[in-house]
Amino acid sequence: MAARTAATPPATATAPVTMVLGEEEFLVERTVRGLVAAACGAGQARDVRDLDASGLGPGELDSLTSPSLFGGGCVLVVRSAQNASKDVTAELTRYLASPPGDVVLIMTHAGGPRGKDLLAAARAAGATVIECPKVTRFAERLDFVRAEFRRAGRRADDAAARALLDAVGSDLRELAAACDQLAADTDERVDEAMVARYFRGRAEATGFTVADRAVEGQLAAALEQLRWALATGVSPVLICSALAQGVRLLGRVGAAPRGTPVAQLAAQAGAPPWKIDRVRQQLRGWHPDGIAEALRAVAEADAQVKGEAASAGYALERAVRRIAAARASR
Amino acid sequence: MSGVFGDLAGQDSVVAQLERAAAAAAALLDGQALRGGVGGERGGWPPRAERALRGRPPGPAQQPGAMTHAWLFTGPPGSGRSVAARAFAAALLCPDGGCGQCACCRQVRAGTHADLLLIRPEGLSYGVRQTRELVLRAAGAPTGGRWHVVLFEDADRCTEQAANALLKAIEEPAPRTVWLLCAPSAEDMVPTIRSRCRVVTLAVPAPAAVAKVLVARDGIDPAKALVAARAAQGHVGRARRLATDADAAMRRDEVLRVPLTATSLGAALTAAASLVRTAEDEARAVTEALDEPERDALRRAFGEGSTGKGIARAMRGIAGALKDLEDRQKSRATRVKRDTLDQALLDLAAFYRDVLMVQLGTDVELANADREEDMRRAAAGSSPEATLRRLQAIMRCRERLTLNVAPLLAVEDMTLSLVQG
Repeated sequence: MAARTAATPPATATAPVTMVLGEEEFLVERTVRGLVAAACGAGQARDVRDLDASGLGPGELDSLTSPSLFGGGCVLVVRSAQNASKDVTAELTRYLASPPGDVVLIMTHAGGPRGKDLLAAARAAGATVIECPKVTRFAERLDFVRAEFRRAGRRADDAAARALLDAVGSDLRELAAACDQLAADTDERVDEAMVARYFRGRAEATGFTVADRAVEGQLAAALEQLRWALATGVSPVLICSALAQGVRLLGRVGAAPRGTPVAQLAAQAGAPPWKIDRVRQQLRGWHPDGIAEALRAVAEADAQVKGEAASAGYALERAVRRIAAARASR
Repeated sequence: MSGVFGDLAGQDSVVAQLERAAAAAAALLDGQALRGGVGGERGGWPPRAERALRGRPPGPAQQPGAMTHAWLFTGPPGSGRSVAARAFAAALLCPDGGCGQCACCRQVRAGTHADLLLIRPEGLSYGVRQTRELVLRAAGAPTGGRWHVVLFEDADRCTEQAANALLKAIEEPAPRTVWLLCAPSAEDMVPTIRSRCRVVTLAVPAPAAVAKVLVARDGIDPAKALVAARAAQGHVGRARRLATDADAAMRRDEVLRVPLTATSLGAALTAAASLVRTAEDEARAVTEALDEPERDALRRAFGEGSTGKGIARAMRGIAGALKDLEDRQKSRATRVKRDTLDQALLDLAAFYRDVLMVQLGTDVELANADREEDMRRAAAGSSPEATLRRLQAIMRCRERLTLNVAPLLAVEDMTLSLVQG
């Protein structure tokens, strides 16, 4: 039994039965495409059939895999094999035990408890299993980006991969496209400066980064983040609530007596301890009257975002400006 | 004053108007009976000419024009809009014009009378779909042979579309249908509805009148009743709650401490957080008691827990129905939370109103006579202008809450304004 992950390129010789296991839709799609191309590319023209397991009727598998009058065999892609009906699952299991020679069967399976018998049968029959698990953690995305550059025959240093993740976001399809583009447009080793030249700004600007920049008094950076956030579709309501939270924490932490332990402050304000530490740094330059003024600016913006004004973007921009101005005033 | 109208505190002119209307309505029914049967070929509302031809001189208790098919009861919260509407419904449905004793009157009071359609919006708004169903049901003939009364409490919760769906039904109701709508003020309804209704305006009852009701009906100690009546500012239900429910009185005390304790940025933020938390707690207490039994009832209606053939099919729609119910419950919880918070804001506004009265030296009955010392201290510490600005901040906060601004943020804005003056 051979189990591999999709990061390694698929073998050139195509196995008669392959199971693509996992839920990362982009990787599954690319793996299947690669397998089909490999099966067809070995000098033989093959008939490719691509269908969903839930659409398969009883007996249809036999007719699809029966030898063609003209020879040449075929490639059969069965997607979402876990959704196959009971009869079709039985047929697939029978097929796995004795696959005919000139057919390449590629199944995709989401993993999980549904249809696990079929998966076990495939493993027992010695099918190649390629795993495409969901990429969720930052480290995994970093690995993905590095692997993408390796695929393209390039090397990228760690800082470049991080910068690209910051700039493009977490969607694998977009990341892969960005890596492709960088590899195609440049010749040397990919470094951070190169990523900065092609991708500017942050794709994943959130309300919280806007709030952080605003209360730190970095007006230009805050406005830039705000425009980015609005452009990438962050809801104005969320941005406004992040602004409120940022300013409120300033007030609560600032009003606490000096020397209050972080843990106690965190419990009172309902924020994690690391956040309290950061707020303490942000507090420099703030005066209680300024904080009050900033909070009232946010309250006004919230009413405007919720329908009192025509433009939510303008209301937010004005609030950010007022927050920055309130910090300066003494 | 006949029996059913006895509960209306200090609304003598309204009671007289409604009694005249009930008498005219009874006369209308008698007239139709004479002319050949209840709900005859035309029945119901006679055209003006026919009414004149009938030739009976209108007596003092019988003015044909005193009755009409659509009424809008307005008045500030707690003045007894729905109480008045219900009493009027009883007077219309009772054969004796609202004796207060018969089965009919008691059924109306309990809300179980077959010819009384009671609508009480629980969610944030009353939608157009519900309204269309209501219009259909309101078109039916009365089962008891008198009137079919539709009592719509809080009709201002209607969305604009819902109000439009009501228009035709209110303008030309079925021959025996009478619409009774309740709203805080006539301006809360769209003009098209307003112009189709006869408006009954209830006055804010004087504290003495409210206290009298509390003493007479609930047996509350007169001195305590008067304090509660003043604090509730004419809201009969709230006065009763303040006098009987220790929790409600305690919450009011907590709210009224805010002007004294909130003196700095930190204290203002803490006060805002505790105001919102109290409202949330109370809303949760109210809604949780209702939510679970409702969900259970729905599950049982879909056949959960039973066995047998076909049960799987019966259970199929349950997820959607549960989701529907949960949406409605959520809307109700938001409304309860908002109402509770609004009540706290009104208490606070009453405090500053008193402060302003003291500052201006007017001789008006104070709502918070029980906290005179606090008030004088607050009055001495600021100017009337600052008090007005504070009142404005409270009203702004109420407006923002109806705009769906995050409650904590809106209240923080207000407490900060209270600190700054």
